[in-house]
Amino acid sequence: MFTDDAGKGGISAGGPGNSEDSTRRTGGDLVQLITPEGERVSHPEFDSWLQDVSDEQLGSLYEDMVVIRRIDAEATALQRQGELALWPPLLGQEASQIGSARALRDDDFVFPSYRDNGVAYCRGVKVEDLVRAWRGNASAGWDPFTVNVATQQIIIGAQSLHATGYAMGIQNDGADCVAVAYFGDGATSEGDVNEAMVFAASFQAPVVFICQNNHWAISEPVRLQSHIQLADRASGFGIPSMRVDGNDVLAVMAATRIALDRARHGGGPTFIEAVTYRMGPHTTADDPTRYRDANELEDWAAKDPISRMKSLLDRKGLLTADLENAVAAKADAVAKELRAGTINMPEPQPLDIFKHVYSTPNSWLDRQQEHYSRYLASFGDPAEAASEEGAR
Amino acid sequence: MTQMTFARAINSGLRKSLENDPKVVLMGEDIGALGGVFRVTDGLQKDFGKHRVVDTPLAESGIMGTAVGLAYRGYRPVVEIQFDGFIYPAFDQIVSQVAKMHYRTQGAVKMPITIRVPFGGGIGSPEHHSESPEAYFTHTSGLRVVSVSNPQDAYTMIQQAIASDDPVLYFEPKRRYHDKGEVDETVDLRTALSMEKARVVTEGKDVTLVAYGPLVKTARDAALAATDEGVSVEVIDLRSLAPLDFVTLEASVRKTGRLVITHEAGQSGGLGAEVAASITERCFYHLEAAPVRVTGFDVPYPYSKLEMHHLPGLDRILDGVDRALGRPNSLSGLEG
Repeated sequence: MFTDDAGKGGISAGGPGNSEDSTRRTGGDLVQLITPEGERVSHPEFDSWLQDVSDEQLGSLYEDMVVIRRIDAEATALQRQGELALWPPLLGQEASQIGSARALRDDDFVFPSYRDNGVAYCRGVKVEDLVRAWRGNASAGWDPFTVNVATQQIIIGAQSLHATGYAMGIQNDGADCVAVAYFGDGATSEGDVNEAMVFAASFQAPVVFICQNNHWAISEPVRLQSHIQLADRASGFGIPSMRVDGNDVLAVMAATRIALDRARHGGGPTFIEAVTYRMGPHTTADDPTRYRDANELEDWAAKDPISRMKSLLDRKGLLTADLENAVAAKADAVAKELRAGTINMPEPQPLDIFKHVYSTPNSWLDRQQEHYSRYLASFGDPAEAASEEGAR
Repeated sequence: MTQMTFARAINSGLRKSLENDPKVVLMGEDIGALGGVFRVTDGLQKDFGKHRVVDTPLAESGIMGTAVGLAYRGYRPVVEIQFDGFIYPAFDQIVSQVAKMHYRTQGAVKMPITIRVPFGGGIGSPEHHSESPEAYFTHTSGLRVVSVSNPQDAYTMIQQAIASDDPVLYFEPKRRYHDKGEVDETVDLRTALSMEKARVVTEGKDVTLVAYGPLVKTARDAALAATDEGVSVEVIDLRSLAPLDFVTLEASVRKTGRLVITHEAGQSGGLGAEVAASITERCFYHLEAAPVRVTGFDVPYPYSKLEMHHLPGLDRILDGVDRALGRPNSLSGLEG
C-alpha cells in the first residue's frame, strides 16, 4: 500500500485581489494536469503537491488503475456467470479512486460508497472481500478497523455524516488524521450530505468530501440534481472546494493532498468534485441504453483515465515492455485470485442469520434461534430445509 | 438516598457517566448553555466542556449520523432528541445505520449510542410534542428500547444504557419530569436490576396490568382504586420494551389468568399487541379471558384540549380491568 505523508510543499499565495491561497476558493475552472492525449500540463499550485511523485510512482499509479479495472471486469464476468448476485462497476472512475486513495495516510479513515472498490483495493482490502457482500455471503466484506475503511455504504450519502462524526472524534482526540467521505453526484441532493457539510463547517472538522461526479445517478443526469457546478455548492456552507478532472489521476491526487493537508493543520473540511464518467451501467442489473446517448459514451471514452496515463508514460519514455508485462501479470494474478476467492468462499451456515444482531445476548432472538434450530433439526439435514421447498 | 426530580435524576446519571468514562459525549440541540428545553442537561456543559456536551446544528439526521461516526472512532455518544415528534428526520440513520452496523460488520463495529427521547403527552403542547413513537423502534432489530417510570430507574438505567455496547433508545416520560422520588446515587450498576428486566411494582392476584413510562404511575393509582372494589391488581412496569421480559410477564399471568396492557401510543401494531400475542402463545391455557388493551386511539396525536380523551387515564384503565374480569364495563353486550 502506498501512503503519503509528504506533499507539504507550499501553495502559492493568493489570486488577484485575494490574500488567501487560491485553493480555498470554491469551484472555479476544472483543474487538469494530464490532457486526454497524455500531455502533462503544468499548474503552479497543484504541481507543488506532486514534486515527490517519482517515475516509479507514476508507473505504480498506472498499475493500480489497470488492476482495479481488471478486478471490475472480472467481477462483472463473475456476475454474468452467476457467481455474484450483483456488481456495481466503476469503469471510467479509476483515476478518481486511485488518485485520491493513494494520497491518504494509513491512519486516515475512509467512508466509501458501494462503487468505491478502487479505493478499498488501494487501502489493502483483500480482493475476495470486495465481492463478499455482492455474492450474498455477508452484509459487508471486511473488518473496517483492519484497513481503516468503513464498509461500503448503500444508503446514498449516509456515510458523509459518519465521516464528519469520525472527524469530530479525531478533533476531540487531538490527532492529525483525516476522515474522508466518498459519494457521487446524486448524493449531493441527499439531506445527509448537506447536513454533513453543515456539521463539518460548524465544527471545522478534519474531513474531506470527495464527490465523484460520474454524471449519472442510475438514470438521472447530474443536471437533475443541480443547476450549478457541484463544487460550487460547498461555498454555501462556507467550505472551500476544488473541481478537478476526475479522469486525471495526478489532478485528483494533488487536490486530495491539498485537502488532507488543510484538514491535518486545523483548516477544516474541503469539498472536491472529481469530474468523471460512469462508463458502465449503475449495476449489472441496469441497462443504460434506455436513458443515455451512445455519443456521450464515445466522447468520454476519448477521455479515458487509463489510456491518458499510458500516453503520459509513453511520452516520458516510461512505458517499457517490462512495465507493461509486469502490470499485465499483476492484473492477471489479481483476477485469478478474485475468481478463486469467489468460487471457494465458504458458505454461511443457516444459524449465522442470528449472529451479531446484538453484542450481548438478547432473550427474544435467542428464543427465535432456538426454535428455528429445532425446526431445522426436524429435517435431519439442515441444508435440506432451506434448499428444498416441500421437503416436508 | 436523595430526594430529587425525575429530570434531576437523569441529569445526575448523565453526570456520573461523563465522570466515569471520558469517551461519553452528549450531543443535541440546546443541551449546552440552556441545559436542554427540559433542563435535563443543566450545568453539564459548564462542568465538562463544549467537546463533551455538544450543542449541535438543528439537524436530527446530522446528529444521529455524526454520532455513528463518533462511535466508529471509539466514542459513546448520548444523543438528545428534543421532542418525540422530532425523531423522524433521524429515522433513517437510526434504522439503517445505528441498528444494523453491528450485524453488517459481523460484530467488528459496535454502536454504543444512547438516544434519549422525551416522549408522551399530557403537557398541553402543540403538534409533534406529545408522541409515543416507541413501537417503530421495538420493531427494529438491533436496537434495545427502554422506558423509565421513576427517578431511581431514570438514574440507574441511563447509566446502564450508556454502558451498553448496543444502541439503546431511552424513552423519558416528559410529563413526569417534575415528579420527585428518592434516589440512591450509590447504586452499583453491576448488581442493580438489569435494564432488560421488568419489575412488579404492585403485587396482586386477580389481574395483571402492564404499563411503562408515564402510565406506570396511572396504573398504580388504578390498582389502588381497584382495591376499594375488592379487586387485586398486579402492576408490572415493563422498563424494557425490546426485548420484553416475558419471564416476569408469564409468571404474573400464570398467577392472575388475566392481562390488561396500557400505553399512550395508538393500538394497532403497538407494544400491547406484542405483549398480548406473545402471552397468548406462551400461556394460553392459563388465561381466563382475552387480553385487553387500553391505549391511545389510532389518530394523530390530538390537539391539547382533547388529549385527555386520548390518553388512558385511571378510569379508562379500570374499565379495561373490569372487562378482563368479566365485570360490567363500557363494552358489555358488544361482541368482539
